[in-house]
Amino acid sequence: LAFSIHFALLLALIIVFSTSCKAVTLEVGSVEVGYNDSSKSSATEDTSTSINGSTDGHAPSVISTLPIVTWKWHHIETPYLVALWILTCWLCKLVCELNHNVTSVIPESGLLIILGFILGGIIWGADKAQTFKLIPTNFFYYLLPQIILDASYCMPNKLFFSNLGAILIHAIIGTCWNAATVGTALWACYEGGAMGTLNIGPLQFLLFGALISAVDPVAVIAVFEEVHVNEVLYILVFGESLLNDGVTVVLYNVFDAFVSLGGLKINAAEIVKGIVSFFVVAFGGSFLGVVFAILISMLTRVTKNVQVIEAGFIVVLGYLSYLTAEMLSLSAILSITFCGVCCQKYINANMDEKSVTTLRYTLKVMANGSETMIFVFLGVSAIDKNIWVWNTGFILLTIFFVVVFRFIGVFFLNWVLNQSRLIPIDITDQFVMAYGGLRGAVAYGLAALLDEKKIPEKNLMLGTTLIVVYFTVILQGITMKPLVQWLKVKKATHSDLTLNGKMNNRAFEHILTAMEDICGRMGDNWWTRHWSYFEDKYVCRLLMKSDARKHKDPIFGAFHKLNLEDATKYVIEGERKGSLAFIRNYDSASVDFKKKLALEYADFITADVSEYDFGIDNVPVTSVMKNPIPSVSLDIHEQDRKSMPDDLSAHHLLDQHLYKSRRNNCPTYSRSHYNTSENPDEMQEIFQRTMRSRLESFKSAKMGVNPAKKLSKYPKKDSAHKPNGKPADPHRTHPYGDEDFGFSADSASSSEIADHFHGRSTNTPGAGVDNPAFIPEMDISPPMRNPPWQTETGNKTAVAPSQRAQGRLPWMPTNLRHLAPLRMSTHSTDAFVMADASLDEEAPEKKPGTHHTRL
Amino acid sequence: MGSTNSTLLKIPNVEVLMQETGFSPAHIIRLHDRFKALDKEGRGHLCPHDFGAIKELAMNPIGDRIIGAFFSPGKETVDFHTFVKILAHFRPVDKDRPKEPNSPEPINSRSNKLKFAFQLYDQDKDGKISRDELLQVLRAMLGMQVTDEQLESIADRTIQEADLDRDDTISFEEFRKSLEKINIDHKMSIRFLR
Repeated sequence: LAFSIHFALLLALIIVFSTSCKAVTLEVGSVEVGYNDSSKSSATEDTSTSINGSTDGHAPSVISTLPIVTWKWHHIETPYLVALWILTCWLCKLVCELNHNVTSVIPESGLLIILGFILGGIIWGADKAQTFKLIPTNFFYYLLPQIILDASYCMPNKLFFSNLGAILIHAIIGTCWNAATVGTALWACYEGGAMGTLNIGPLQFLLFGALISAVDPVAVIAVFEEVHVNEVLYILVFGESLLNDGVTVVLYNVFDAFVSLGGLKINAAEIVKGIVSFFVVAFGGSFLGVVFAILISMLTRVTKNVQVIEAGFIVVLGYLSYLTAEMLSLSAILSITFCGVCCQKYINANMDEKSVTTLRYTLKVMANGSETMIFVFLGVSAIDKNIWVWNTGFILLTIFFVVVFRFIGVFFLNWVLNQSRLIPIDITDQFVMAYGGLRGAVAYGLAALLDEKKIPEKNLMLGTTLIVVYFTVILQGITMKPLVQWLKVKKATHSDLTLNGKMNNRAFEHILTAMEDICGRMGDNWWTRHWSYFEDKYVCRLLMKSDARKHKDPIFGAFHKLNLEDATKYVIEGERKGSLAFIRNYDSASVDFKKKLALEYADFITADVSEYDFGIDNVPVTSVMKNPIPSVSLDIHEQDRKSMPDDLSAHHLLDQHLYKSRRNNCPTYSRSHYNTSENPDEMQEIFQRTMRSRLESFKSAKMGVNPAKKLSKYPKKDSAHKPNGKPADPHRTHPYGDEDFGFSADSASSSEIADHFHGRSTNTPGAGVDNPAFIPEMDISPPMRNPPWQTETGNKTAVAPSQRAQGRLPWMPTNLRHLAPLRMSTHSTDAFVMADASLDEEAPEKKPGTHHTRL
Repeated sequence: MGSTNSTLLKIPNVEVLMQETGFSPAHIIRLHDRFKALDKEGRGHLCPHDFGAIKELAMNPIGDRIIGAFFSPGKETVDFHTFVKILAHFRPVDKDRPKEPNSPEPINSRSNKLKFAFQLYDQDKDGKISRDELLQVLRAMLGMQVTDEQLESIADRTIQEADLDRDDTISFEEFRKSLEKINIDHKMSIRFLR
C-alpha cells in the first residue's frame, strides 16, 4: 500500500512536471529560460520570444464577437511556470521524504539531485535541449539569501561566538589555502602534461581553485542535520561553511579581476590591492551586516503596533542587507550572515513571542523551499550536452586535489588550534570536519558566472564543478553517516535542561572563576568579558525595549499570565491527586508573605525599629502591599509545573537571576578595567553579601556580639526560617557558623587597613552607582525605598553606640557596604575604588563621621 | 633552566606531588609562585584571610564556600601540597596519558570533580544536600530580586528532580546522576592547568 502511495505521488509529480515542461516546449521553443522565483530579466526575455513564436494565445486585437472565455497563457506564463516549478520541486522533496528506507542511506540532498537528473532527462527528451537551468543571478538573488538568513538567524549564538576564532581561522585561512593549493597544483599538473592541451593560464587555474573551494552551507546543513554530530563539531563545520562562502566569493572576485587585467599587468601594487580589497570586502560586508542588525533591532523596538507584519520586517531588511552589500560590492553573504547572527538576540527579546515563531517558521519554509529547488536544479542543469566538455585528467585531478588539500588544511589548522584549546578537537572530529567539506550550489553558481570571453574553458570548469558537487554531495553524503558511526564520533547529546543542571552549571562557572582567581591567572578571554559589559551597558539600552531589558518585569508578567492560565489546570490536578500539597503550600506561602510584609514594614520605620511590635496585625497592609502580583501565585505555578508541558518559567527565573560568573561573561582580570568591567549592580550585590556574611561569622565567633538588629533591613534566606514576629533575633543563634574563617582582625592588620582607608578616602571616584537591588524590598515595593535619608540617619544613630561599645569595629552590617571593602583593600587599590563606587549620594556626608569613629 | 630546577628543589616532596596531581614542573613552579605571593607573611601556609585578600573572590557569590573547600575541617591553614591538590581537581583530563590499571584514581577524575562541587553544597558533611543547604547556595547565587517564595519553590523542585529515594535530600549518588548528561570534564577544567 505504502508503495502504491509513493508511486502515485511520483506519477503526480511527473504529471505536474510534464505539464510545465510541455507548456514550455509548446510555447517557448528552445529559448533558455532560467528558473526563476520572481525574476524580471528573464521574464521579459521569455515573454518577448514567446510572443514571437506564438500561434494562439493572445487574442487578436480585432474581435468579431464577444468571447466567453479566452486562452490567456501568455499573461500568466512566467509566474505560472515559476509556481509549477516550485510545486514540482517540493513534490520531489515529498517523494524523497516518503521513502524512509532510501533517505536513511542516501541523504535527501543527494536524492533531490538524482530526481533532478530524471526531470532534466524528461526535459531533454521533450526539448532536445536544456530549457531550464540554474541561472546564477536567480540563485544568488532569490534562492540563496533566505537560506543564509535562516541559517544565521537560527545559529546557536553562544556556541558560534565561543568558537568564532576557530571558525574564522578555518574559513579564512583554510579557504585561501584550498584556493591557492588546488589552483597551483592543477596548474602544475597541467604544465606537467597531465591534461593535454587546454587554454587555461595560471590565473585561470587560481580562479577555478577559488570557486571550487567554497564549502557549501546548503549541502553541509542538509547532510549534517541528518547525522547529529556533537555540537562543537557541527558549529565548526557549519560556521565555517557559512563564512567560507563569503570568503570564496571575495577571492573569486579578486582573481576574476586579475584574470581580466591579464597576467602582464599584474604587479606588486595590484597584488597588494587585491589583498586589501579582500579584507575590505570581507570585513566591510560583515560590518554592513552588523549595521543592518542594529537597524533591525531598533526597528523591532517600535513595531509592536503592527505585529502582523513584524516578522516581515526582518525578512525584508535582511534581504536588503544582502542587496546593499551586493550594491556596494561588499560580501553579501557575510553581510546577511552577520545581520542574522547579531540581531537574533535582540529581536527575539523585542518581538512578541508569536512574531518570533512566525519569523522562525517563515524563514524555515523559505530556506527549505529554496534549498530543495537548488538541489533539484543542480540535477536538472547537468542534463545538458552543451556544458559537457570532458577532460579526464582535469576532472579527476580536481576531485583528488580538492579532497586531499581539504584534509591537509583541516588537519594542519586544527593542530594549530589544538595547541591552545581547552577541549582539543579530536582526530575523529577533524576527520569528519575534513570529510564534511561538501561543495555545492555556490561553487556551481560561481562557475556559471564565469565569463566565456575571458575564460575559454568555462564549460570544462562548469562541468568539473558539477562533478565535484555530485561527488561530494552524493558520495560523501552517503558515506558520511556510516563513517560517523564507524569512527564513533561523539553524537549530539540531547539533554533536557533540568534545574539541577542549570544551577550546577552556574555553580561550576563560579568555582572555575574562583579557581582562576586563586591561581592568579587570566581567565579565558578578554573580549567576551568586555563585550558583555559593553552590551549590558549600551547595546541593550539601544537595541532592546525597556521592558524587555528589565529583568523582572517580563518574568513576573509571564508568571502572572501563566498562573492565570494554569489556575484551572492546577485545581483540577490537585483535586484529582487529592494531595494536601496545595493547602500546605498555600499556608506556608501566605505565612512567608505575611512575614515579608512585616519585614518591609520594619524597613519602612527603621528609626524606632527596636520598639516596634512586629505583630502582623498592626501593619497597614494596603499601604504596604503594592506588589500587583501576589507571591502566592508563584507558588501555585511552581507546584503545578510538574504537570505543565514545559517548565520554562523556573528555568527562566534561574537564567535571569543566577549571578553571572565572570567565567561566562567577563573572565579576565585586568587591572585597568577592573572597576568598570563588571555589571556593577550585580558585582556590588555579591560583594556586599560576601562581606556581610564574613563579618557576621567573624563577629559572632570572635566577639560574641549580636549583629545589630538593623539586619532586619536585609532579610536573608534564613529569615525564612525565623519565627514570625522576630526577624532580627535568629541571626544571633545561627549566624553562618559554618563559614567561620576566623578573620583574625589582629590589630596590626586592622590598623593597616585604617591607614589605608584614611589615605585613600579622599579620592573617591564620582561614579556613585546606586544599587537598589541590594535591598530586596526595594524592588518589590518601590514606595519603600524613598526615604533614604531616613534610613541612613536611623542607621547611624542606631549603629553608633555599638561601635563605641566595641571600641574598634565600625563594621555594622549597614555600614558595611562602605567599610567592608577596606579589609579587602590592603593589597589592592582597585578593590577600594570598586567598593567606593557603591556609595550612595548621601555617602560623602556620612563617611567622615565614620572615619573619626574608626580612628 | 637552572632556576627552574632550583625552585623545584626548594619544594619538599615535589616528585610525589607531581605524581599525585599530574602537574608538570612548570605548573608546580607557577603555582608555587602564586602560593608564595598569596602567603604574604611567609609562613609557608595559607590562612583563610590570605584567600580573602584576593579581591575577585569577594565578587564571587560562593567564594566563601570555595575558600572553605581548601581547609579540611578543623584546620585553619593549608600548605602547598594541599593547595596544589585542590587545584589539581581542575586539571583537564588528558586522554593520551597512558592509564596504569592499578594506579589510584586521579584527582581530576570526573567523580572527584563532582565531589568537590558536592562538598560546596554539603556544608555539614553528612553526605547529603539538605533543602536548607541548597537554599543557602541558591540564595547566594540568585539575585536579590528573587523572592524567598520563589527561591524555596526552586529549591523544592531542584530536590524533586534529583531526589530518587524520596528522602528530600540529595545524596552524592543522586547528585552524580542528576548531572550525568553534563560534560564535567569540560565544565570543571581550567585551560591553563593543562
